[in-house]
Amino acid sequence: MMEKMIFGRYVPADSLVHKMDPRSKLTIIFLFVCVIFLANNWQTYAIIGIYTFFMIGLSRIPARFLYGGLKPVLWLVIFTFLLQIFFTREGTVLFHLGPLKIYEEGMKMGFYISFRFFFLILMTSLLTLTTTPIEITDGLETLLGPLKKVRFPVHEMALMMSISLRFIPTLMQETDKIMKAQIARGVEFASGPVKERIKAIIPLLIPLFVSSFKRAEELAIAMEARGYRGGEGRTKYRQLSWKMVDTLQLVFLAIITVLLILFRS
Amino acid sequence: MDISLSHVDYRYQANTPFERLAIQDVSIDIPSGTYLAIIGHTGSGKSTVLQHLNALLVPSEGTVAIGDKEIKAHQKNKDLRKVRQRVGIVFQFPEHQLFEETVEKDIIFGPMNFGVTEADAKKRARVALKQVGLAEEILEKSPFDLSGGQMRRVAIAGVLAMEPDVIVLDEPTAGLDPRGRKEIMDMFYQLHQERQLSTILVTHSMEDAARYADQIVIMQHGKVAKKGTPEEIFSSPGELVQMGLDVPEVVRFQLKLEEKWGMNFEQIYLSIEQLSSAFANKLKRGVRL
Amino acid sequence: MKTPIVSLKGVTFQYDGQERNALNHVSFDIYDGEWLAIVGHNGSGKSTMAKLLNGLQFPKDGEITVCGMKLQEETIWDIRSKIGMVFQNPDNQFVGTTVQDDVAFGLENMGIPRLEMVQRVEDSLKKVKMEQFLHQEPHHLSGGQKQRVAIASVLALRPAIIILDEATSMLDPRGREEVLETVRTLKDEKSLTVISITHDLEEAAKADRIIVMNKGEVFREGTPDEIFSMDEQLVQLGLDIPFSVKMAKAFRAEGIQLSKHYLSEEELVTELWTYRSRM
Repeated sequence: MMEKMIFGRYVPADSLVHKMDPRSKLTIIFLFVCVIFLANNWQTYAIIGIYTFFMIGLSRIPARFLYGGLKPVLWLVIFTFLLQIFFTREGTVLFHLGPLKIYEEGMKMGFYISFRFFFLILMTSLLTLTTTPIEITDGLETLLGPLKKVRFPVHEMALMMSISLRFIPTLMQETDKIMKAQIARGVEFASGPVKERIKAIIPLLIPLFVSSFKRAEELAIAMEARGYRGGEGRTKYRQLSWKMVDTLQLVFLAIITVLLILFRS
Repeated sequence: MDISLSHVDYRYQANTPFERLAIQDVSIDIPSGTYLAIIGHTGSGKSTVLQHLNALLVPSEGTVAIGDKEIKAHQKNKDLRKVRQRVGIVFQFPEHQLFEETVEKDIIFGPMNFGVTEADAKKRARVALKQVGLAEEILEKSPFDLSGGQMRRVAIAGVLAMEPDVIVLDEPTAGLDPRGRKEIMDMFYQLHQERQLSTILVTHSMEDAARYADQIVIMQHGKVAKKGTPEEIFSSPGELVQMGLDVPEVVRFQLKLEEKWGMNFEQIYLSIEQLSSAFANKLKRGVRL
Repeated sequence: MKTPIVSLKGVTFQYDGQERNALNHVSFDIYDGEWLAIVGHNGSGKSTMAKLLNGLQFPKDGEITVCGMKLQEETIWDIRSKIGMVFQNPDNQFVGTTVQDDVAFGLENMGIPRLEMVQRVEDSLKKVKMEQFLHQEPHHLSGGQKQRVAIASVLALRPAIIILDEATSMLDPRGREEVLETVRTLKDEKSLTVISITHDLEEAAKADRIIVMNKGEVFREGTPDEIFSMDEQLVQLGLDIPFSVKMAKAFRAEGIQLSKHYLSEEELVTELWTYRSRM
């Protein structure tokens, strides 16, 4: 189950989208989320759709993988659709479904909103599928850079994110180890009444907390020993490079936006 | 209690693109009362084998028999807890499993999970504490206020208090200083003899394997590369060296002597005294070395 | 003439809430370019020493001088830039998400320009033979590899002194050998001063000089030969005797005379060879 989920997963590939600067990708996603609300008829939704699938094509993420990963979300999209057609009561009645009347407007809204939702999911998954978490962190740090002026702790936030990313696999391994040790001492995590199962989490959580605190303390000492004293005067090793593709992609999105404005009703 | 693995395979994340065969066709017999050492590099599959010994992992292929309970691949295996009660595992850095407010509560946690009454469990806790060389005053303390070495002992006591028939040890002395290491290893050996336990030690230390074990299994690339008594295993040290494993220091030294003199001793000696007296004898007899 | 690079004078330290001093009037010098092993059982005060040397803790009493600077609040960052520390747990000192990021972390802190950083990251990873792993994430590395990255991280900062604070105690024999071999080569190449804090006497045997700690005090100081002549006393201090010393003792018991107390295994073999020719 978890293996198939694609949210937050990075899939390495050699594509144009993978090579893009995280700053441009983040900006495009942000703009896309705004621009998508311009669509209000089938022409404009078609434009958004073409744009989305064009980007997916560019990313070289296998369609099968994408489909498999998004299957659970599709149910949500369908649910949104049903919600709209059953609860919108405007326009002419198209047909009766038992005691329910399906209206024209409801049908339209159902399609539009579920498609909007679907495209948004596709585009945001595309971001995490083609960008490593650490790139996203770097991108955010630079984009939010100006906020430092209003004392927003941008560097600290980015460091926090990257350290969390670094330690997720370590903590997963540790969780597995502690779980096994407690199972060997007779704990049952997967069966028994709910109350028992909640109680069973304590022998897992407490050791995990204790060791995380210990790790945090040791890490802080190690960081200090290597001369860490806050963001002031630090240089950066990871470099982001804005390339021609990035500019072109932004121009492309601008053209899409113009088209949307022209074709919307 | 006898344990036997026959033709066991284990796959991690089976049926996903990340599938990995960790052990393959592993067969090991551990008759009751054996002290078995499992040796191998990190990643040789020895910790996967270890987890089969009390059904933390269920084989992908093959059968594991623990006492009269058979755990087979491709079938629902029920009542694994009964097995776990009889096979105690001391994991690497066992102090990481401590969680209770007091040492006593932590030690009785295991036994009580397996249905021992609180009064009985408390009795057992006192016995176990003595075995690991700690004083009773410690019972009311928080395990987190203890030194690293003491925490290790408390965690071990928690496993001993389950009164298992089989004890599985995964590098139980990692990170301890030489004295701590010796005390813990000697303690397990004493228990092994007094209670006629089966003991299975997973280790990197050839010294410990040579000193304590009566059977040795060497794992490499997920398979059993060699098994036998320490004498058998170390009688062909060349093979071990080829596998990138160490040999006991005495054996290594004997090899160096043999190389320098261009001769062979009659046998491989596993103790310093044996080697030095064999060497001295050769000198006395004036044998051309 | 040997010049001291670090010196401790009457250093006393006490942890909050503990009655006993963790260190009690400890004085000694560490000389430029030597390999000094500080040994002692767990709790003997040897790890406290590491924390004091680079100002992670301050002594209650006494004075520490590093590279001619007296250790105090104002000099702490200068002193830290002279001392590289490799700690015990390979995971808890790996800051970066990949090998190269981890090595770069210290350089970023020092504000090194990017181009130079790239160069230094590459160079120091080559020195520890980890240049193949530039983009590797830590959970795919073995303990020994992680410790070598930690050494590279330290090396990139070009310290004069490297402190190994039980840096090999959590590794398997192969990892331990990898790490020690790396440090040994580097020490010769870069004329570093190495302070290894350990309870592994085999490791200490390879040092130029050994300090034995017990109950927060310097119990004995000397060359490996001098220290290993303490024999059973070492065991009483919770330590062990290196194999070659035990072996030599057994030969002596058989009536074979040997010149020195501490001989490495190779020396012992050679000595036995010459012994025979003298017969």
